[in-house]
Parts: sequence; C-alpha cells; structure tokens
Amino acid sequence: MKRHLISAADLSRDDALLVLDTAEEMARVADRPIKKLPTLRGRTVVNLFFEDSTRTRISFEAAAKRLSADVINFSAKGSSVSKGESLKDTALTLEAMGADAVVIRHGSSGAPHRLATSGWINGSVVNAGDGTHEHPTQALLDAFTMRRHLSGVGRDLEGRRITIVGDILHSRVARSNVLLLNTLGAHVTLVAPPTLLPIGVEQWPCEVSYDLDAVLARTDALMMLRVQSERMNAAFFPTEREYTRRYGLDGLRMAVLPEHAIVMHPGPMNRGMEITAEVADSPRCTVVEQVANGVSTRMAVLYLLLGGSEPAIATTSATAVPVATAPANGATTAARTEESK
Amino acid sequence: MSKILIRGAKVLGGEPQDVLIDGETIAAIGTGLSGGEGGPGADGDAPATVIDAEGRMVLLPGLVDLHTHLREPGREDSETVLTGTRAAAVGGYTAVHAMANTFPVADTAGVVEQVWRLGKESGYCDVQPVGAVTVGLEGKQLAELGAMADSAAQVRVFSDDGKCVDDAVIMRRALEYVKAFDGVVAQHAQEPRLTEGAQMNEGTVSGELGLTGWPAVAEESIIARDILLAAHVGSRVHICHLSTAGSVELVRWAKSKGWDVTAEVTPHHLLLTDELVRTYNPVYKVNPPLRTEADVLALREALADGTIDCVATDHAPHPHEDKDCEWAAAAMGMVGLETALSVVQHTMVDTGLLDWAGVADRMSARPAVIGRLAGHGRPLAAGEPANLVLLDPAYRGVVNPAGFASRSRNTPYEGRELPGRVFATFLRGQATVMDGKLT
Amino acid sequence: MVEDRSNPEPGSGDGTPSGGQRAEHAAPARAVLEAPDIARVLTRIAHEIVERAKGADDVVLLGIPTRGVYLAQRLAAKLAEITGRAAAVGSLDITMYRDDLRLHPARALARTEIPGAGIDGRLVILVDDVLFSGRTIRAALDALNDIGRPRAVQLAVLVDRGHRELPIRADYVGKNLPTSLRETVKVQLTEEDGRDTVLLGQKPGQGDERTPAGQDRHTAPREDLPADD
Repeated sequence: MKRHLISAADLSRDDALLVLDTAEEMARVADRPIKKLPTLRGRTVVNLFFEDSTRTRISFEAAAKRLSADVINFSAKGSSVSKGESLKDTALTLEAMGADAVVIRHGSSGAPHRLATSGWINGSVVNAGDGTHEHPTQALLDAFTMRRHLSGVGRDLEGRRITIVGDILHSRVARSNVLLLNTLGAHVTLVAPPTLLPIGVEQWPCEVSYDLDAVLARTDALMMLRVQSERMNAAFFPTEREYTRRYGLDGLRMAVLPEHAIVMHPGPMNRGMEITAEVADSPRCTVVEQVANGVSTRMAVLYLLLGGSEPAIATTSATAVPVATAPANGATTAARTEESK
Repeated sequence: MSKILIRGAKVLGGEPQDVLIDGETIAAIGTGLSGGEGGPGADGDAPATVIDAEGRMVLLPGLVDLHTHLREPGREDSETVLTGTRAAAVGGYTAVHAMANTFPVADTAGVVEQVWRLGKESGYCDVQPVGAVTVGLEGKQLAELGAMADSAAQVRVFSDDGKCVDDAVIMRRALEYVKAFDGVVAQHAQEPRLTEGAQMNEGTVSGELGLTGWPAVAEESIIARDILLAAHVGSRVHICHLSTAGSVELVRWAKSKGWDVTAEVTPHHLLLTDELVRTYNPVYKVNPPLRTEADVLALREALADGTIDCVATDHAPHPHEDKDCEWAAAAMGMVGLETALSVVQHTMVDTGLLDWAGVADRMSARPAVIGRLAGHGRPLAAGEPANLVLLDPAYRGVVNPAGFASRSRNTPYEGRELPGRVFATFLRGQATVMDGKLT
Repeated sequence: MVEDRSNPEPGSGDGTPSGGQRAEHAAPARAVLEAPDIARVLTRIAHEIVERAKGADDVVLLGIPTRGVYLAQRLAAKLAEITGRAAAVGSLDITMYRDDLRLHPARALARTEIPGAGIDGRLVILVDDVLFSGRTIRAALDALNDIGRPRAVQLAVLVDRGHRELPIRADYVGKNLPTSLRETVKVQLTEEDGRDTVLLGQKPGQGDERTPAGQDRHTAPREDLPADD
C-alpha cells in the first residue's frame, strides 16, 4: 500500500492534530537520557536530496535515527546525468535497495508527486520541499511551534491570526503553511509586494496585504520568509534597502506586535534583510525552537507513515486525479483539504 | 483504370450518396451509381472495389494539417517522415505541413527539398515543408526564404515554430519579403521574456502547484503586434496554435478590419485544461500550455464562427524517456494526428457547434488555402482530385497509444473514450487506409 | 479523532473486538467484579505495597494507558491515605516498544508522564488492568530501560486472566480469573467508561474472531491475544 506526504492539503484536521499530538510525545523523548526509540528498527529511510539543504536533511536524519531506522543519505546534486533520467534511475536504485521511505528534496515542483505516482518505487514518499510548491513538514513544525505558544497541546489554532511576510511567490513554506493553518482554523494573512505574490492568490484561503504595518497589531504569530538574493536581479523590487524598509522586521515593528505574539522564520535568516539582528536574537523569536521542533515533528511523520502495517494518516495526493471539468478553484482547494477515503 | 465505388456515404454529412472514384479523381457523385458512369470510355465496366458506407459514414475531403512535426531529419527516434505520414493517413490526412525545427533546421532549399522528397517516397500523404523564417530559428537573420520558395518543395509557409520571431524588425521584414511569392509567416506567439522558465498556464493552478506561469499576455501581446505589423505592411500573417480567449478577441478585431490574419487552434486546446497539470503528469505538458475552461469555450466558439480559420494538430512526437520524468525536465508537446478528427467531433460536432461541412472547411479547405496547397481542400465534386476521408462518426473507442502508427506515444488521451473513427483515406484515388488500417 | 481502520468501534482493554454492547449481543457478559469489589481489591493491593515496600517511600506508580493510568492514580491515593505522604504516580505509554507494530496500522501515542524525581534507584510499580500474554509488560520493561534504572520493578494488575506467552508474573493481583481463549475480559472504570466493573463475556460468533488489531489507538491496548488465536 502506497501512502505518502506530498502536500499539506493531504492532511485533514484530525490527521494534522494526530501528527502534532504525536510530535508532542516525540518531543519528550528528546528530554530523556536515551533519545532513541526502537520503533522503526529494520526500516530503511532514504534522504534523497537533489538540492542542498543541510538543515532539513539532518533534521530528517536525526528523526529517523531516533526511531532506530537505518538512514541512507543520497545527495544527487551535481550529477552529470540529465535531471529526468536521474530521478527515475535513482528511484529504481532505491527501490532495489529496499527503501521503506524516501524523503525527497527536489528543485522541480511536483517531483515528489511524480515519485509517488510513477510506479517507480513502493515505499512511502515524504516531500522535504519541491521547487516552489510545498514543504509540508515545515508547515507541521511551524504549526507545532505556534500551538505551543498560542493555544496549547491537543488544540488546533482556531481563530489565531498568522501573518506570513516575504517572497510568497517562490515560497514552498508559505504554500504549505497557508493550507495547513487554514485546516487548523487559523486566519492567515500574506504580506508581500505585489510582484512577489502568485497570480490567483486571491483564491487561496487567506487574506493578502501589501502593507506590513497595517497588520502587525492584529498578529499572533509573524513568520518572516527568506528573500533569496537572486530575486534582486529580476526586478521583483527596486533595491534591498527599499525592501527592508517596507517589508523587513526591526525592533520598532516588533514593538507593535501584541505582547504574546511570536516571531518565526524557517531559516536560514538574512540578518539585515528581512529581519534585523535585534529581532532575530530576541526571546520572541522562535527560530531555534523551530529547529528542535522539526525533529519531533518529522519523527511523528515517519512514525505515523511507517510505524505500522499501514499509515495512520490518510494522505490522498497520490490518488486524487483531477479532471478537466473540476470546479472553480476555491472549491477545489476546500475539497483537497478534506480527507477522502 | 482502377475504380472505387463508395455506396451510401453522407457527403459532407448530407444525405447518403454514391461516390465513384476513377483513377486519381472523383468521377461522379449521385444516387444509384453502378460504376459505369464517369465520362467517356467508362462503358459500364464494374469498379474494382466497392465500399459500403451503410448510409452512416461521412465523406470529407482529405484533411490538411498546417502544423506537424515530423522530426526528420535529426530526431528520428521520435518520428520520421514515413512514420509521421502513416500516422497522418490513419488520422484522415492527405497533406501535412512539416515544421522547420528539425536538425539541421529547415532553413535552406536543401533541407526543405530533402523533407519534400522523403514525403514523396512515403506515399501515405503529401508533405509540404515549412521553411524557417530565420537562420537556425535564432531570430536574427532571415533565412533564404526565396530560395526555399523557388525550390522543388515550393515552400509557401514560413515559421520559426517552437520559437517566436520576437524581434519586431525581423518580423516586419519577413512579412514584407514573403509577399513576393505569396508566402505567409506563421508566428509562434510567445514573448520570450514573459515566459522564461515557464512550465504551465499562469493562473490559479500554477500558483497552487508552484510551477512557473506562462501568462496569456505573452501570447496576446505578440499577436497584437503582429496583426498591426501585417496590416502596416499589407501582408498576411498566420497565428499558430492560438490558445487564449484574449487572442481570439484580437484576431476577431483584426478580421473586422479586413486585415489578412488567419489563425489555427489545436485539438488539445479545444478539450483539455490546466486542471490536468495537478497530476504533474508530463503528458499534459505542451507549448502553448493547456489553458482554462473559459479559454477552451472561447476557442470552440471562435472556431465555430470562423474567427479561428482552422484546426492544426501541432503533432509533436517525443520519445518515452522525454516524458517519463519529472514535470520540469519533460519535453513539451503531444502527438495529435491520429486523434484530431475524433477530438474535433467530440468538441465541435457532437456539441452542435459545427456540422460536417464546417469540419471539412476548418480541417481541409481553409488550411489548404492558407498554405496555398494545390489539389487539397477541394470541393467534393466530379473532376476534383480524389483526396478523401471516409469516417464512421458512430464509432466509440478508447484511445490506446500502443496501436498508434506514430513512432511516439505521448498522447494526453490514453484511456479516454473518444467518438468517431477514420474508416478509409484516399490520396489521389489510392486508399492509404482501409477499414481503419494502413494499406 | 482518527478511527482505526480495521475496526471502527473502540475496543476494550482486554482485546475484545468491541465494547461491551456488542459482546453482550453475542452472549451476555457477566460481571465478575463490581464497583465495591474493585475498591476493596485496590485497598488490599495498596496495603500489600506498603507492607512489601516497607513504607513505600521510594515507590513510583506507573500506569499503562489507558485504564492502568486510572488504576495507578487510585492506588496512589490509597497509598497516601495509608502512609500520609503523597505517592509518586505517572504513566508509561508502551506503543513505540510493541513487538507487533508491523502487524497493525500505526497507532496514536498515549502520554508518558514520569514524575519529576525520575525513576533511577526507585521501586517502580507498573500498573495495568488485565494481565494476559505478558507482551505489554515486556514492552513496558523495554521502555523503562530507556528512561532510567529503577532499583526494582514490580507489577500490579486488577485481573490476571492467564495465557501467558512470556515468563512474566504479577506481584500484586486483584483477582485471578481463569478464562478460556473464547472468553473476553473487559475492565470498565468510571474515569473512562462511566462505571466500575469487570465483565467476563464470550467472543461474538466464530466468524468474527479478532486479534487486538481492532483496538482504538487512543485507548492503547495493553494485552495481546496469544499468537495462536
């Protein structure tokens, strides 16, 4: 049976809460002298990384190892083979080696979906970030962090106001967060210059603002996204200085946030660009906590996908086949967040 | 002289009639033909072949495709002139225009004559080479358009298809220059800067999927410019694979001005939408990309009212490995020759938008006129060349690429039920397809 | 919450495929312990613990979810009554240590709560409702091993129904209840089920024999049926 985690939209509210609750228990293991569980003994998890991402890879590696899985790191970056051949042939190789799960990071949107539906492998596929599409485990660890600060263990994020600021257009973190946070009942506002918002964003289950200052006072969690330096030369905004002035978070802006509000960042931070050092090093900034929570969350995902004879979360992306006459997009988004059995 | 009698065929979808083919031409059309008709010397000798169309099959002029990629020379792993023309015959075509983006590029008289000769040798349908507008499709220097026009291939359609002639001056010169031999520039309308790295239609779906968008305006801005350029220099321009509702409006406006602008639409843009990209299955990756439902409906309407002149397949064969990969790495394009008529029946005829006479106009007569192709797209009448397709519109089948005559299998319709089947195709009186099979 | 796919109905603590209702349909379940019996039994066990642990100063009671946790809490209250000191009590989820994980869908985890002072050097008493194959206790011993090094580990159960598959025995038993494999034992506690009782029933029809696969993940199963069932 093939079960995968490709998109945050694959998770129903109950599934998402199950992952978060399970992650809470996993987090307690980190406090013990022996930070290891025998649960996935004999299982093989392959980290298949076509892009460099040391932090995501070691997070998955730590998660798998704490569950006693065998971990194989496969860095396919820089391969001389053409990308297409590389993905398929690599997949066939991993299948021959008996991978129970493949954690894949790929520069092309949809590559994990393709891996899960192509018939090249039988194991579970976990999307560790694909192109500018999704990064569902990042959204889960972000929700886990927000829940600890804003609503409490066992609860969803009903009514919490989350603001995501930055390069939404190219951000897989933003896409997954919008979907998951909406599933968990939060109100999401995206803030970016119009050039860094995707076409059709008005159909997403969130609000959009071009003005950061207008939303700060009604924000429970403020997530700053990294601005890639290569955007600089593509006329998305005039200068780095102007971007920082309009969309960067400094101490003055942070002071406008409600007292309980937290500042998040998926990392790595561009200090001085989207976030000042003063904010990044303040106690309200959860960056380091997010890293720790990442391991617990990924342990929960791996356990729930691999811990039994079949996964405990009913992910659907691999089987959902949209048709040409699909309903208007808003409806599609809503439908995709529901669990289908 | 060999004779063929087709009994009870609905000529252009009308009342059943008998059609007698004598040699390379239609000898007679009428009721109760015995085979003895057909002019002097036809003294009652019985026809060699009698086909019973059972009062249900439809007879149309052989189809003409303005936009086919035969891939030879250079990419014979995906298609050759022989396999491509076999696929064309199965699809009911008697003439195809072979696009210029081969290796080497068809930008000299030598290459177009080679393709033309390979077409002659194949014998399955006429191959009319398209010449490149610029050397190497690079958009910088005009190819020797006159030499290609004067060659044995008699090139009249010029296109850098696959690439847009985006330099306004080069486009203007090309439009002017081809007037000397009544040529036409067929523009692949794609503003290159607006489509850098583009993977699919820019819209709600691309935003969700995180795939770089190919906005409609990138097509429409070029069409608008080229319409104005063609009007300015008094030339004619043809728009390849028009794909958006906005492009339809521009062409409609140009025609209302009386300017000589023609346009084609592909079968896949009449049926499929960008929602299919949600599967990330590269078989749906094509250029221009699949658009929205609203675009599909606008294209159907424009084809029905004549704003869009014709259906062209943009038959683009690719080897399996170029589609058996992730979306971004996959090649763009779909095969289309063998399914075009079924898709047009499904989207235009069965929906009541177009009758069979209309199909004959959009898939045979008008493309032949645009391409200045003699002997094709002619009326069905005694004395005309016997380039014909006999199809069974009542047939229902599921598309199975394993049975394709094309060397490639990259169809988006695999497993889909489509109506209609080509029963027979005649090229100058010779059956190239009989009972759905190549002869 | 997510239901177990192999059995949409919540299971009971001893491996019956469904709640008492369905079992009662098959054959009426008979109460072998009522609320006063359970209270009396727990009081006796508490006294035994105090006696054998010489005052129970260093005792840590760890209940195995779900019903073992409530039993541990009740025992702790009774210990406090007897000794006048609060007794350390917590919970120990054994899901991640089960030996049959790959036979069933992945299960939700229950809470593990170790009292602040930890378990090193202390007398840990595992508390569960029904002792059956012994596999749950084996898993619990593994789990304990990863948490610390107790001075000793003992086991208290409300019911011992026999059919052990591992060399494990209970130190404190509320009631020894010889059963056949055709029978089911179901413990109900007020905190979880609204009443205190221990029911002895018959399995539903032959064709519906089940392994503990059909147990709700959120009431983590404690005992497995013997492998030959």
